Amino acid sequence: MNSLPENYYQELEQIQAVDFVLVELTLYLDTHPDDVKAINQFNQYAQYSKQLKRAFEAQFGPLQQYGNSFSDANWGWGRLPWPWQV
Amino acid sequence: MWIYEKKLQYPVKVSTCNPTLAKYLIEQYGGADGELAAALRYLNQRYTIPDKVVGLLTDIGTEEFAHLEMIATMIYKLTKDATPQQLRDAGLGDHYANHDGALFYHNAAGVPFTATYIQAKGDPIADLYEDIAAEEKARATYQWLIDMSDDPDLNDGLRFLREREIIHSQRFREAVEILKEERDKKKIF
Repeated sequence: MNSLPENYYQELEQIQAVDFVLVELTLYLDTHPDDVKAINQFNQYAQYSKQLKRAFEAQFGPLQQYGNSFSDANWGWGRLPWPWQV
Repeated sequence: MWIYEKKLQYPVKVSTCNPTLAKYLIEQYGGADGELAAALRYLNQRYTIPDKVVGLLTDIGTEEFAHLEMIATMIYKLTKDATPQQLRDAGLGDHYANHDGALFYHNAAGVPFTATYIQAKGDPIADLYEDIAAEEKARATYQWLIDMSDDPDLNDGLRFLREREIIHSQRFREAVEILKEERDKKKIF
């Protein structure tokens, strides 16, 4: 479990940072739904998040289930480490 | 439905095995003002709250599950290498006798989680005030945990969670204002 390369942690942290922006914008927009600038920023970061996740998943396996992520050839979902193990 | 994402909301690191700290952190796992109570409270209130704040309750309730996973990860990492003797010395002997190293939904004193910790009154203002209070109580708990912890890595994660309570409290306060505005509009007309 500790054999993950350094870029696993770097790329994961990048995703966490971008997704945090999206969490913040989500809650903000829930109470400020007419802020067009924030909506544009939200869509921009949603796009960026998808790009980062596509690159991460190609190396380290799927982040989501039920068809929201593509699977690798060996069903890495159940074999690759879970968040509390890394 | 809900989609699980195989990542933590924020990185969780701990410096050393420390079952004493883990025992205190369980307060935010299965305690009255913990993350489980928060998630269940908000998601359950959604069905009868005015439409204008259903999105907020859904999204904050969902984020609480991400926090629950962070707390679980902290407890897991602080205890995974502990011997039964170390758990006993940390005051987790009662826990070990029943659960071995497994997590369980109880508070720091071992009192099991109960639905009586949360309320759904059906009155939107009463429900949102309860939600604001819940966030403030959780924020205070995180402060007391940080005050007791001497683990700088753990404290980084705890500080993140404390800040989230502040944001949630402020968003709920905005939700109250939105509902008051709606109510007053109707009256003036």
